[in-house]
Amino acid sequence: MHNKHAVFTTTSLIALAVSGSALAQSDRDRIRHLENKVNILQQQINATADAVERSMPSEDRVSIGSYGELHYNHFENGDDNQIDFHRFILEFGYELSDAINFYSELEFEHAFSGGEAEEENPGEVELEQAFIDFALTGRTHAQGGLFLLPVGILNETHEPTTFYGVERNRVETEIIPTTWREAGGQLLGQIGATGLSYNLAVTSGLAVEPDEVDIPEGRQFVAEAPANDFAFTGRLKYTAIPGLELAATIQYQPDLSQEGGDGVNAAYLYESHVQWATGPFGLRALYARWDINGAAAEALNRDKPFGYYIEPAFKITPGLGIFARYARLQVVEDLTEEDITFGANYWPIPQVVLKADYQLRNTEQADDSTIDGDSFNLGLGYAF
Amino acid sequence: MNIKAVLLCNARIALFFAITGSALGQGVYLSPEAFLKNVFPEGVPKPHVLWLIGGIRKDATAIMGHELDELRVRYWIQKGRSAWILEEIGKEKPITAGIVINKGKIEQIKVLIYRESRGWEVRYGFFTEQFKGAQLQANRELDRPIDNISGATLSVNALTKLARLALSFHHHVAP
Repeated sequence: MHNKHAVFTTTSLIALAVSGSALAQSDRDRIRHLENKVNILQQQINATADAVERSMPSEDRVSIGSYGELHYNHFENGDDNQIDFHRFILEFGYELSDAINFYSELEFEHAFSGGEAEEENPGEVELEQAFIDFALTGRTHAQGGLFLLPVGILNETHEPTTFYGVERNRVETEIIPTTWREAGGQLLGQIGATGLSYNLAVTSGLAVEPDEVDIPEGRQFVAEAPANDFAFTGRLKYTAIPGLELAATIQYQPDLSQEGGDGVNAAYLYESHVQWATGPFGLRALYARWDINGAAAEALNRDKPFGYYIEPAFKITPGLGIFARYARLQVVEDLTEEDITFGANYWPIPQVVLKADYQLRNTEQADDSTIDGDSFNLGLGYAF
Repeated sequence: MNIKAVLLCNARIALFFAITGSALGQGVYLSPEAFLKNVFPEGVPKPHVLWLIGGIRKDATAIMGHELDELRVRYWIQKGRSAWILEEIGKEKPITAGIVINKGKIEQIKVLIYRESRGWEVRYGFFTEQFKGAQLQANRELDRPIDNISGATLSVNALTKLARLALSFHHHVAP
């Protein structure tokens, strides 16, 4: 009996050990099997992700953008109040190769062009830019085509989301004259890691009428433009301190009217500016001046038009900024034009801006009288 | 990660280096390979993969302002110090940046490839120095303002987003 019990116990223990070992082995096999399955699943997931990422469209060679502005101008003299979709711009670019790119801008001004009478035909369709950019090295580019001249603050960067005030300031629109584009070639680049950059351009030039010597009217927009004289423009810019830009431009044109013997000869444009933005504070200041040789320009007192402005700004929040601007210009010698503008910009998102400002405008006349052109202005702008 | 996945990962990275290396001189200021060697001078660790799922993708979308196309992002990490190579479009073209995070702060940010003709200032130390030591706040913004460069606002915004993204990713892999 005792032996039977011992045999039974021994047999049971052996059976238990064998079955326990079999169970552990079974678990180990199961775990190994599951690990293999997880590895396979992981490989499948990685392969699927690789396939999905390979099938994603590669970097798009086409770039499309736009900016535009709607303005409301209310004049205190009660006349000429106006609402105007001032400009609508389509930007189109294409990456021709790793180092060669095409850029263009097509502009529609004042919403409608096509009426028969001039007063029904306020709009204009203009090619603002169309050029090829060649990346010669990592630091040097060459451009050929129709492009914006490297002068001023607004001439190259004038999307409505980038400046204060509903209308562009008159110093840049009437003295520089923004937006100013010509056709030709340009070399631009960085001078080492100094923070200095340069632009050197040879382009078509202005063609002013000798009986007016009106700088903005002298723009030809590369539209079957006279090319008897070219313009030479050079700019040096310093941006090594974040938030600060210092720049100076000189332009020389051998004959500002493009016609010899009419009393308008060689002309120089000098422009310099500072832009500074740090934290909530911002400041812009610019000075521009022409020296126009020739008896006709001197007789009209239009041989030395100049202007300057200063514009401090403060961002109350990242999306709300206030500004004030004092601008003074003399298109005709001794006839001073002054603008004092103050207002606010609100950016609900960086690509959209709502603007409001009040402008005090005084324009001296030859008879010593002054014209008031005070106005309240509203604007809606976008850029993407 | 098993050997096959590692080999595939490395093959893709090698291909990326080959492509960007061949473009040197046309906006490639530092190849990703050279960047990683500078960051890990004692040997570049094997890359890891961060899958952009759940809260990680949600944070990334909030930071970038758009959905990310990628399903996953590769990163290199050693002793709690991570390196990321990320891309975002400036005005029209992508900017490729290398970002190193250490102890939850930006150690360095380098523009590796810059493809636009304007806004080049963002690649220089006088601009990128502003990011050193920056951390991510609870609202996913940096703990400091970054001064803009006139004419390069979109490039500045793109780099700032990439800095925030790298800090967010680092938080998920080395909390």
